[in-house]
Amino acid sequence: MARIFAYIPHKEGAAEDVAYEYITAAAKIDPNAQVTAIVTGHGDALDKAAGEMTAYFKEVIKIGGEELAYPNAEVIRKALVNILPADAVFMGPHNTFGMDLAPGLSVKLDSPSVSDVVDIEGMDGSTLKVVREVLGGQFSTHVTCDAANGAVITIRPGAFEPAESGSAGGEVVDKSGDAGDLTAKRRFLEVLEAEIGEVDITKSDVLVSVGRGIEEEENIEIAQELAEAMGAVVSCSRPIVDAHWLEKSRQVGTSGQTVKPKVYMAMGISGSFQHMGGIKGKPFIVAVNKNPKAPIFQVADVGIVEDILEFMPELAEKVKEL
Amino acid sequence: MEILVCVKRVPDTAENEFELNSEGNDLDRDDLVYSVNEWDNYAVEEAIQIVDKVGGNVTVVTVGDDESEEVLRREMAMGANNGVLLSDDAFEGSDCRSIAAILKAEVESGAYDLIMTGAQADDGAAEVGGMLAAMLDMPYASLVNEIEIRDGGKIKAGREIEGGNQEMNEIELPCVLSIQTGINEPRYVGIRGIRKVAKVEIPTKSASDLGIEENSVGEKGSKVKRLDYFVPDLGEGAEMLEGSTDEIIEKLIEKLKSKGGLG
Ligand SMILES: Cc1cc2nc3c(=O)[nH]c(=O)nc-3n(C[C@H](O)[C@H](O)[C@H](O)COP(=O)(O)OP(=O)(O)OC[C@H]3O[C@@H](n4cnc5c(N)ncnc54)[C@H](O)[C@@H]3O)c2cc1C
Ligand SMILES: Nc1ncnc2c1ncn2[C@@H]1O[C@H](COP(=O)(O)O)[C@@H](O)[C@H]1O
Repeated sequence: MARIFAYIPHKEGAAEDVAYEYITAAAKIDPNAQVTAIVTGHGDALDKAAGEMTAYFKEVIKIGGEELAYPNAEVIRKALVNILPADAVFMGPHNTFGMDLAPGLSVKLDSPSVSDVVDIEGMDGSTLKVVREVLGGQFSTHVTCDAANGAVITIRPGAFEPAESGSAGGEVVDKSGDAGDLTAKRRFLEVLEAEIGEVDITKSDVLVSVGRGIEEEENIEIAQELAEAMGAVVSCSRPIVDAHWLEKSRQVGTSGQTVKPKVYMAMGISGSFQHMGGIKGKPFIVAVNKNPKAPIFQVADVGIVEDILEFMPELAEKVKEL
Repeated sequence: MEILVCVKRVPDTAENEFELNSEGNDLDRDDLVYSVNEWDNYAVEEAIQIVDKVGGNVTVVTVGDDESEEVLRREMAMGANNGVLLSDDAFEGSDCRSIAAILKAEVESGAYDLIMTGAQADDGAAEVGGMLAAMLDMPYASLVNEIEIRDGGKIKAGREIEGGNQEMNEIELPCVLSIQTGINEPRYVGIRGIRKVAKVEIPTKSASDLGIEENSVGEKGSKVKRLDYFVPDLGEGAEMLEGSTDEIIEKLIEKLKSKGGLG
């Protein structure tokens, strides 16, 4: 029977959504698995998060200390190495924290590592079989790993259904004393909040969002004209911001803004999970892309295979005529 | 400052329409266009800018086959001083852990103050940098979007976290950083730049040159195995609008009207 340990990320004591998604993921590994939540932090926030998790996990390990007040992956890794058993299947989130923690943790535990897992087929003996995506979501792959000496896997937030009711009646076990030496050569200083831009894309009901398919800076104008005709605002994917063609505050995605429009026009955007992760509230998604196999067509409501540089001006013309 | 940047040759997602091979266990790789992993160009640019400021050398390294030499040359045309190709039949089929183990051997054969990788490559793994750091017992930070070299063997590094916020850290050298896009604007490499480095000799190191036991990496040494490639079936998918552009626009406008998309 697999022994699964799920790391619960939280903000000031409020667990992130992935906490509830682990339960579904763990059941796919082994429906009879013993699943333990691990919460790290300091003070009231730690107790709040650990307390909340007892409704969902039979056992909740808490590891507290001043060094753990901010989730510095280098520090947390040291504590986990001292606390996890050798055959642990460790689950973390595939987000900016999990990317920081999991690879090094797997080396220190000497267990294989599989990141960004989107589905789990199950465990056959000690062989764990999972699904992940490659090439920006254009293909999926089945991946196996030998988990005889445990495994470290990170799951994609949002990929598994959250567990519904919480009636586990679990207990909190304080393992702070076992965490060991938590000094690290990387010291957390501060978090700088993202700058607020001139337009607030989160307030718009309709977004005309451009991706790398816009090809050149001059072409941004084409999107602006369409947006104007539709009474919409222009937003974008990350490469457009990296190229400085639009300001950061217009970026939709996990490292940008979370938007909840009624209509989302994805123009020349491939549909990476980091981009789609910023779109909430189930808007009506229109995708225009010249590649009929673009992953965005899997998640959009309406798909159109066209060159956006020709399509957008024509659409703008027709909308203006209305 | 001696900086090592790890780079990978990957199929270019902008230049290819991917197809599966007839067995369905791999991409049809016959006519694929390859390039340098997008994230790695940012890492090389950052390394060059640091060396321009504080002096030193930038070395680019890749684990790959003969054809991977071209990505090293491209990065040298950008301004990297040296290139090293790590290549051996025994490296084939390596998972991220094995790649990190091979890179570790190269790091230990030099005296590097700073090692950089891209945040992620074509498999979206985002693992090699963090594994390499742990193997070397060096501190690590992922998704770095700002680097400031400080006195006393330390750097200040910004990490990009959710929502576009930035987490600032102080890190002791030597360390490993994975670099996020947007940290800089990678310089353009023209044909002339490539020509200049066309004849530079690039050393190739094999498993035995690196002191790596053949069975510890590659297909044999890797615990994580990819079985196949398939096209995900996420339920219904989009309703595809077809016809002439005029017809498509007409249908689209009707839909947009009913969904509140037109003002
Ligand atoms: C930690 C992390 C956080 C990230 N956060 C974000 C984020 O917040 N937001 C975000 O967007 N990305 C984010 N990314 C990047 C993300 O992984 C993708 O690289 C990015 O979303 C791709 O943007 P894109 O779809 O515009 O470009 P691409 O993936 O290059 O897609 C361009 C698309 O345009 C199509 N196309 C090209 N030319 C045309 C044309 N003329 N007409 C029609 N279609 C055309 C192509 O077929 C392709 O599908 C993040 C990555 C990491 C690692
Ligand atoms: N074969 C390779 N050779 C050199 N560096 C690599 C190789 N594979 C991955 N890397 C480095 O690790 C980073 C992250 O890749 P990955 O962990 O595979 O997503 C890349 O951006 C490279 O810097």
